[in-house]
Amino acid sequence: MALLDVKDLSTSFRTEDGIVKAVEGVTFSVEKGQTLGIVGESGSGKSVTCLTIMGLNAKRNTITSGEALWKGDDLVTMKPNDLRQVRGNDISMIFQDPMTSLNPVHTIGRQLTEAVLLHRDVTKKVARARAVELLGAVGIPRAQTRIDDYPHQFSGGMRQRVMIAMALINDPDLLIADEPTTALDVTTQAQILSLMKTLQEDFGSAIIMITHDLGVVAELADDVLVMYAANVVEQATVYDLFNQPQHPYTWGLMGSLPRLEADVERLTQIPGQPPSLLNPPRGCRFHPRCPYVMEVCKTTVPALKPTSRDPAHLEKCHLDEETKEREAAKLLAATMAEAG
Amino acid sequence: MFRYLVRRTLWAILLFIVITFVTFVIFFIGPNNPARAVCGGEQAKRECLVRATAKLGLDQPMPVQYWKFIKQLVIHQDLGESFATSQSVNERIKEAAPVTASLVFGGAILWMIIGLSVGIFSALKPRSLTDRFAMIFVLIGVSAHPVWIGLILEYVFGVRLGWTPIANYANFFGAPSDSGQPGGPWQWFYHLILPWCTFALLFAALYVRMIRANVMETLNEDFVRTARAKGAPERQVLTAHVLRNALLPVVTMLGMDIGISLGGAIFTEYVFQLPGLGQTAIIGINNQDLAIVQGVIVFATVAIIVFNLLVDLLYAWIDPRIRLT
Repeated sequence: MALLDVKDLSTSFRTEDGIVKAVEGVTFSVEKGQTLGIVGESGSGKSVTCLTIMGLNAKRNTITSGEALWKGDDLVTMKPNDLRQVRGNDISMIFQDPMTSLNPVHTIGRQLTEAVLLHRDVTKKVARARAVELLGAVGIPRAQTRIDDYPHQFSGGMRQRVMIAMALINDPDLLIADEPTTALDVTTQAQILSLMKTLQEDFGSAIIMITHDLGVVAELADDVLVMYAANVVEQATVYDLFNQPQHPYTWGLMGSLPRLEADVERLTQIPGQPPSLLNPPRGCRFHPRCPYVMEVCKTTVPALKPTSRDPAHLEKCHLDEETKEREAAKLLAATMAEAG
Repeated sequence: MFRYLVRRTLWAILLFIVITFVTFVIFFIGPNNPARAVCGGEQAKRECLVRATAKLGLDQPMPVQYWKFIKQLVIHQDLGESFATSQSVNERIKEAAPVTASLVFGGAILWMIIGLSVGIFSALKPRSLTDRFAMIFVLIGVSAHPVWIGLILEYVFGVRLGWTPIANYANFFGAPSDSGQPGGPWQWFYHLILPWCTFALLFAALYVRMIRANVMETLNEDFVRTARAKGAPERQVLTAHVLRNALLPVVTMLGMDIGISLGGAIFTEYVFQLPGLGQTAIIGINNQDLAIVQGVIVFATVAIIVFNLLVDLLYAWIDPRIRLT
């Protein structure tokens, strides 16, 4: 049995302007110790998917359907008290902005031990020892003394390390990282990513890595979901995705990666803006921005279906296989050529 | 920390000098003749006026009078004598300050109880029926004038229902036995119920609104989501993470409001005939009694300065991001 089995998960928000479908029919599973990457632009529903799994959306205006089976128990319908036992214990989460994700009026020690004391029946002393140990593990120097410092006494990268320590303190089976490096500068990003990689080996946690950066996916993920406008448009192993990308949106994402070797004036971009989820386009959500658009795309929503070559590789596009093969090969050839 | 205190004290002294000086100037610019007040108003005799003017030092230039006032205050901690009644101003303030303090601190406790309970509840259940009623209460509270509120309460509870006294103050520690006035803690409480309600209403409304807004804003903070992601129960999220942050600005406001109110909750004191600082100041102004007015102003200034300092120190203590330098 998979660790986490998400089936046909949908989330909508009631707003004053109408119902916003933020996630529609997402299905995936995460195996023990594996890393799943979820890629997409801002507003594509990747964060909301994970917040829904954690039950962290505001209850008042959220409509959720589908299942998220955690070791067989459905997190979507779980009672708040039971869900609380899972959160921070079995599944924990790291957020995008480490500058605002820690409580400014408590020492980090207090915030770390809080996580332990919520789920373990141990003394404060034991919890504190565990906190010091984890701070050391995430590479905070002089953890013994720094544990009594407040968040504002740490830099952004250090705060994200604290967040990671807090997430791992109860040895979770699954760690959800919501763009953990977006708010950090480039060198710090690299440090945090390699830290997460090492820690995954040490702790054996599965990871869901939400990102808009295909480079991060290539580095860390085993499987990848590509999301666009609340839908999964392509789903594959990281190897297949980079070797045989099937969806024009994925091609666009890959084309817009900066490459050192390529001697181009500008990065290629996907023209246009992501659609409004309040009033999404008919047919394929991507058709207004798609360079390969056909008549059928404007009227009929394509199904998320396996490719003929590989039943585990899913894509959601009307284009015929030949064209896809050709374009994927072209993209790959271009990448290879640049890489020399 | 020490440097901070020294700097704050120096600023306080400067502020004190400016405020008392401005009071002096305003008093002398106006068409006042305190000597006339001493000698019984319009039909004062000429020789009485001359004598009073000399006695009060009114024949000397204004800066000289100010200098004498400051000297007496600093060296003897003496605010002088009332022009009108020759009573010591220190004595007068000593009588009036506990009345105002009772009103203000009792009122502050009342408005904080209302502000916290209603404000937090409204923030947790926005747009609920309770929240809407709370917002109507806020609208009434900030719109209605304390004098009107006081008179209505007085009429309903004092006159119609006869539940409460309609005016006057009872000393907490008991009135002098020969005065025939009520005294003791119960009478003190009984006489202050309506004034407290009247005085607290405006602030309760303002604080409900402020606390509601702050709590709602803090509930949306990322660190609150972090706390929930850790698996903290809602109660713990609220007490350990939301309230401490949401109430930081409330502490500042509370200190400032109490400081300002100690200068005299004039309207409430006036309606309920409480012999507090506000009423003392009004009587002083009517009698053209500079000594009394100046005394009240000195006391109020010191109260405001001290309370602001206390708030800043408290603030540095509860918010670790603030360092006093």
